Amino acid sequence: MSILGTRVLRTEDPKFMTTGGVYTEDLVDERLTGAVYVTFARSPIAHARINGIDTSAVRDSDGVLAVFTAADVTDTATLRGMTRDINQEMTQTLLASDTVRYVGEPVAIVVTEQAYQGEDAADLIDVDYDPLPAVIDLHDAESDKTLLFPEAGSNTAVRYGPPQLDEHLFDDCEVVVSREIVNQRVAPAPMESRSAAAVWGEDGRLVAWIPNQGAQGTRAALAAMLKVSPDKVRIITPDVGGAFGAKFGADPEHALVAWTARRLGRPVRWSETRYENLMGMTHGRGQLQTVTIGGRRDGTVLAYRLEVLQDCGGYPRIGTLLPSLTLLMTPGTYAFAKVESAARSVVTTTTPMGAYRGAGRPEATAAVERAMDLFAAEIGMDPAEVRRRNLLPAFTEPRNNGFGALYDSGDYATALDRALEAAGYGRLRAEQVERRARGDVKALGIGIACYVEITGAGAESGDPHENATVEVHPDGSATILTGTSPHGQGHGTAWAMLASDELGIPVERITVRHGDTDLIPEGGGTGGSRSLQQGGAAVRQASQELLEVARDRAADELEVDARDLRFDVDRSAFTVAGVQQAAVSLADLAGKERLFVRAVFTAPGATFPFGAHVAVVEVDTETGKVELSRLIAVDDAGTILNPLLADGQRHGGIAQGAAQALLEEVVYDADGNPLTASFADYPFLSATEVPSFELVDMQTPTTYNPLGAKGIGEAGTIGATPAVQNAVVDAVSHLGVRHIDMPTSPQTVWRAIVSASEGNA
Amino acid sequence: MITSPFDFVTARSAEQAVALLGEYGDDAKLLAGGHSLLPMMKVRLAAPAVLVDIGGIDELAYVRLDGDDVAVGATTRHAAVATSAVLREQVPLLAHAAGLVGDPQVRHRGTIGGSLAHADPAADLPVALSALGGRVVVQGPAGRREIGADDFFQGYFTTALAEDELIVEVRLARRPGQGWGYEKFTRRANDWAIVAAATVGGRVSLANMGSQPVRALSTEQALASGSGARDAAALAAEGTRPGEDMHGDAEYRRHLARVLTRRALASAGVAD
Repeated sequence: MSILGTRVLRTEDPKFMTTGGVYTEDLVDERLTGAVYVTFARSPIAHARINGIDTSAVRDSDGVLAVFTAADVTDTATLRGMTRDINQEMTQTLLASDTVRYVGEPVAIVVTEQAYQGEDAADLIDVDYDPLPAVIDLHDAESDKTLLFPEAGSNTAVRYGPPQLDEHLFDDCEVVVSREIVNQRVAPAPMESRSAAAVWGEDGRLVAWIPNQGAQGTRAALAAMLKVSPDKVRIITPDVGGAFGAKFGADPEHALVAWTARRLGRPVRWSETRYENLMGMTHGRGQLQTVTIGGRRDGTVLAYRLEVLQDCGGYPRIGTLLPSLTLLMTPGTYAFAKVESAARSVVTTTTPMGAYRGAGRPEATAAVERAMDLFAAEIGMDPAEVRRRNLLPAFTEPRNNGFGALYDSGDYATALDRALEAAGYGRLRAEQVERRARGDVKALGIGIACYVEITGAGAESGDPHENATVEVHPDGSATILTGTSPHGQGHGTAWAMLASDELGIPVERITVRHGDTDLIPEGGGTGGSRSLQQGGAAVRQASQELLEVARDRAADELEVDARDLRFDVDRSAFTVAGVQQAAVSLADLAGKERLFVRAVFTAPGATFPFGAHVAVVEVDTETGKVELSRLIAVDDAGTILNPLLADGQRHGGIAQGAAQALLEEVVYDADGNPLTASFADYPFLSATEVPSFELVDMQTPTTYNPLGAKGIGEAGTIGATPAVQNAVVDAVSHLGVRHIDMPTSPQTVWRAIVSASEGNA
Repeated sequence: MITSPFDFVTARSAEQAVALLGEYGDDAKLLAGGHSLLPMMKVRLAAPAVLVDIGGIDELAYVRLDGDDVAVGATTRHAAVATSAVLREQVPLLAHAAGLVGDPQVRHRGTIGGSLAHADPAADLPVALSALGGRVVVQGPAGRREIGADDFFQGYFTTALAEDELIVEVRLARRPGQGWGYEKFTRRANDWAIVAAATVGGRVSLANMGSQPVRALSTEQALASGSGARDAAALAAEGTRPGEDMHGDAEYRRHLARVLTRRALASAGVAD
């Protein structure tokens, strides 16, 4: 029986649960002998001109070997927006040269013999700052009152969508609702913060250990910043303690560590503190959305408009272009007659924005799902019913959503029905009515979100693809090289299952390797929920092609026609039809000549997983505190390879998504000082705040890859966030509340209740 | 996240700790469980030149009946306070509050003396001590003296402790069977209180409604003159000066103080 589709335990876990992983900060490698340590002096001010930097006091500090400022770092690249349509005058030097644009921006490098000496020394750097006005509010930013880059002429980095909106979009509507919605800034905050170790060899090549989501992309980014050829750079990926989108490519700090190693001719190491991580690692989300939705009182939505104002932070990074993904998914799961959307990304004096689990798509889902509830409330219809009336009917042939996304297949109504049934929707509504009737302090709220998202969108050029190499060894074990970059997802287990299923080699005898660019020069890494559908498919393809190579060799070995050979998976050997004794195993063949195949799997396009989440919350109407009591999730990601791994992705994603709805937010004061720079102030949900999630099975295989798999990694943050937010609003809707911005923290909810009781919806 | 340089000395007894404090003066800071002080040192909000470690003075780790009181030694860990059979029976409010401090890791390191000396107005044990009207026994060069809860806390992270004194014991009147209530309002289980209300025996104290634990005196007076919980709790925020942060502004904190006080009083068996 095939092990595909079964709950194979993670082969990674024994190590992580006993000796622990080996992360960049704690790795021991002889090439790093004698390494010195980098500490970055960072801007304490959001926006200022640098008049001068005095480093004289630092040089006398204990253990200081060198101090560098932008004046020293002259041979590195100037960073600009990633695509040409982004204003190219918004430039960034790796160390701030004349202006700082967010608290935490690196201003100087201090190199010390020991790591601990760096913090003392960095405090002694004397920077003469001439403060400029902070720009925090997005409307303030778009007004161009204070320009971050005067040479750019505007704070707007880029616009997406039509230049002119249709003023007649809502002409046929009986009802139109419009609202500004905050999709707040959040911090990826992986358990492992950023880190790097770098050494240049005598051959003039750089070896850099960096926690990342794709060593090959990190190599490209690092080489570009250092202005060296990518073949001069080798990236090695130690264990990675979470990434959530923020460890793609490389940051200026990584390049500066490598630069320092070259300048000093010594190995150099750097690991940031949690403070630095919360200020220096890219943030995610950060959209101000205006949704307008209109239709008939019978529940038919006729028109929907989404306008996005995206916060870029101080410099245009990936986050600047993510609204294009938001626009791509504007209509979500719905068959609205008229839809339009437009976006504008503006720079602010805050930490730059990057990708964060879902990266542009959760924002689209949050907008349309909130809009649907606003519309339902306006016409007084059950939100589940309004959704049913407007969902796209089930389809199996690809269909364009009108914004350039080609949905491969979908059955959104079934997903919704299954979620509602599993939730006991009718009973929940009845209980809600009862509680309201008896004036219960604890109000019950039920929130729904339907979603479709895009996964495996892919490669920098051409169709989405990924490579894998499978090699069988003479001892009967096997090695897989993958271009994906697991950092918690369990590829070690999953890829071994796929090869094992083809080759008959036990999972525990298969080693999966990744993240060393000399070993695996090409690869797309792990992000955008692409890994299984492309990297996994490549493993399967390589395994199958390996069997064909082996079949020919076995035929020679056994002196029979290859067509008479049959592969016996249980024995991992070829046998000859009708002759029991005649057999040759893959291990035997590998003993005679290396037995390996590299394969590239190319997908015809991105896939579009979908689902429906139902959240149940209890809101203490006296204090505003929300308790998430249930979360029911239907996540159709096609065929599931290993339900244990898929469930893990769902649980983690749902908790993360619920946390955005309930608590998480990066907050700046009006002067641009971060108020959430430690875990005392930046709150996640912990195990004590979440229930065990109710995961409902639904698998509609895609035809885009032989595994039938779509992506699952980001479903949780896409579905759960609006479901939980909608549930909170629903809980207090009888008090007149129509909307509460995220995070729905206790004070925010309480204020919404008070405000509604005073007659403001 | 690395402290400034400091020296480290270990005290084997309260007397030795007092002597060391005398020797080093205001350069020194006592270290017990380290779960408040060390994080502050790591983020450089505190930079003592010398740490005097008293966490290992086992003779100060005890819970015992002593006449009409329960005496709790200063280095008794929160977990021991929370699970003490004596406290759960005689002073259940204190045991309950100790069980809500931080998370299990914090509760197994942090000490009652350390928490009270740290005097965080948002912390559990100071407000519990205030409601209980407990007394803090401190030791200095001249010997021991006792300070009542109302006099002990003097402001943000400020107490009546002299530079060369340390807490050696906390004394609480035995109250078996007496009604009590403790309502701690947090975003998450392991957070500090946005506001907390503690009540026992007609006293009501609030956490994070000012620079130190605050007695809700108007509420207490109302209760003393026969008001029900609802009316008395409505007065809970009177005279308070809560701070403001992103978790709650002053108006919200005052509102919470009233709600939590009513709930705490209800737990204590005070009728509406």
